[in-house]
Amino acid sequence: MIRIEGFSKKFGERTAVDNLSLKIAKGEIFGLLGPNGAGKTTTIRVLTMLTRPTAGKIVIDGCEASQNEQHIKAVIGVVPQHFNLDIDLTPWENLELHGRLHHMLPEVRKQRIEELLKYVELDDRANDMVQKFSGGMKRRLMIARALLHQPKVLFLDEPTVGLDPQVRRRLWDLIRRLKNEGITVLLTTHYIEEAENLCQRVAIMEKGKLIAMDSPLALCQQFGAYVVEWADNEGTKTNFFADRNAASAFAGTLMTTTTLRQTNLEDAFVELTGRKVAG
Amino acid sequence: MLYDIWTVFWRDWLVLRRRIGRFILSRMVSPVLYIVAFGWGLGRSIQVNQGNYLDFIVPGIIALNSMNISFNSVGSPLNMSRVYHKTLEEYLIAPIASVSFVIGKVLSGALRGLISSLIIIFLAYAFGAHALINSWFVLVLVLNCLVFSSMALVAAMLMDSHEDMANFNTYVLLPMSFLCATFFIPDHLPTVLRWFIEILPLTHASIALRAIALGGEAPLFSLLAMLVYIFSFCGIGVWLMEKVRE
Repeated sequence: MIRIEGFSKKFGERTAVDNLSLKIAKGEIFGLLGPNGAGKTTTIRVLTMLTRPTAGKIVIDGCEASQNEQHIKAVIGVVPQHFNLDIDLTPWENLELHGRLHHMLPEVRKQRIEELLKYVELDDRANDMVQKFSGGMKRRLMIARALLHQPKVLFLDEPTVGLDPQVRRRLWDLIRRLKNEGITVLLTTHYIEEAENLCQRVAIMEKGKLIAMDSPLALCQQFGAYVVEWADNEGTKTNFFADRNAASAFAGTLMTTTTLRQTNLEDAFVELTGRKVAG
Repeated sequence: MLYDIWTVFWRDWLVLRRRIGRFILSRMVSPVLYIVAFGWGLGRSIQVNQGNYLDFIVPGIIALNSMNISFNSVGSPLNMSRVYHKTLEEYLIAPIASVSFVIGKVLSGALRGLISSLIIIFLAYAFGAHALINSWFVLVLVLNCLVFSSMALVAAMLMDSHEDMANFNTYVLLPMSFLCATFFIPDHLPTVLRWFIEILPLTHASIALRAIALGGEAPLFSLLAMLVYIFSFCGIGVWLMEKVRE
């Protein structure tokens, strides 16, 4: 569904993304991870036709971006990181504007707007002003907006940043439901557990380069299924082990409080990128 | 393409309709002040070309007011939408052509300029001014609104902050409000300054509006000059909309 070949983006002298190649299959939920400034948002901006690449080829739904931008725009839905709803309009009007921009017929548009407002549980607030909405409500409305024209690919840039845990879980359920409907989802996040929970495959980026790409499970097991974590004067340390007994034996030799647990994606991430991301 | 222009226009119309009362009231303030201060107050003792000064400045006030309103209806909101709210992205992501966006925005700015000009025309009559309003007058007014709403679009795409937008207002619009044949005819100014003023778009608008309002012919050269401004600004606007993706 999405194919990126040798994509680079430079802003003046600074290289934001360096020679990125990846393929995402139809109906997949794919996560793009990386520390702040790794190039995730730039990648999304290029894939959503907001920025043009310096080099490389981007193919979405069989169309090459440089040749058929309008077709790609018609089949993608985008939920950006910042709230970019029109605060001078009501939720209904925001959706109607989107529907008009995507050339939806009036009767289809009306039906979809009603459907989606119910879907994101905002149908009772359809005619309030968006300005008064909470972060979670705005985010849900943005997802409804992105889905209105029935896109084949959905891009979510940090969809749950700054949201309550309850709202975040509701969004996760919503994203999983999309997958069941055959929509391809590409999301960026720096909440590792979000990627672990949702994505079939994740790519980890650092300083504009792709440093790993696999399923969350395979990435974890690459270092060992178990991890022992302890703290000494220099900070938190971890050691990976293939089986529980070896891990337990090692933990026994330490004089401080230790934790023995299964390796999670965060351990793999830290091991790969060499620094912890702010949660 | 027509449908997309309508969509862009429709959004602005929706917002205007919600605030139409407030819009009209606030638009009455500055023209009333101009008419009272310059027309009634100062104007009593001034004779221009054997005519009444109030009749002389009404076309100037209409020109400068339609400039300000058309400019500010597009400039600030679009700049905020691009730099702060990022709502411009909604249009950039949509499968519409840049030219549709540009035309839709420019038309909606011009509409606001026209509504406020209508208000001034009513006020001016109420204050006892005499002006001949015919279809040429309306045509020049429409052109003037289009010149400044398209200029605003260019400015909004170029300026990277709200403060820069305000500076643009101070350095470009404010001098034009006073110098471009709005309150006086710039014949007695130094030659170089006069040439410079004669290039500015608002000069063409006030000269043309005044000529028509006082019963004269519409100066076709001024109309042509305004058309050149409109097409140039719209062209630059489309180019900037494309460039914003680089």
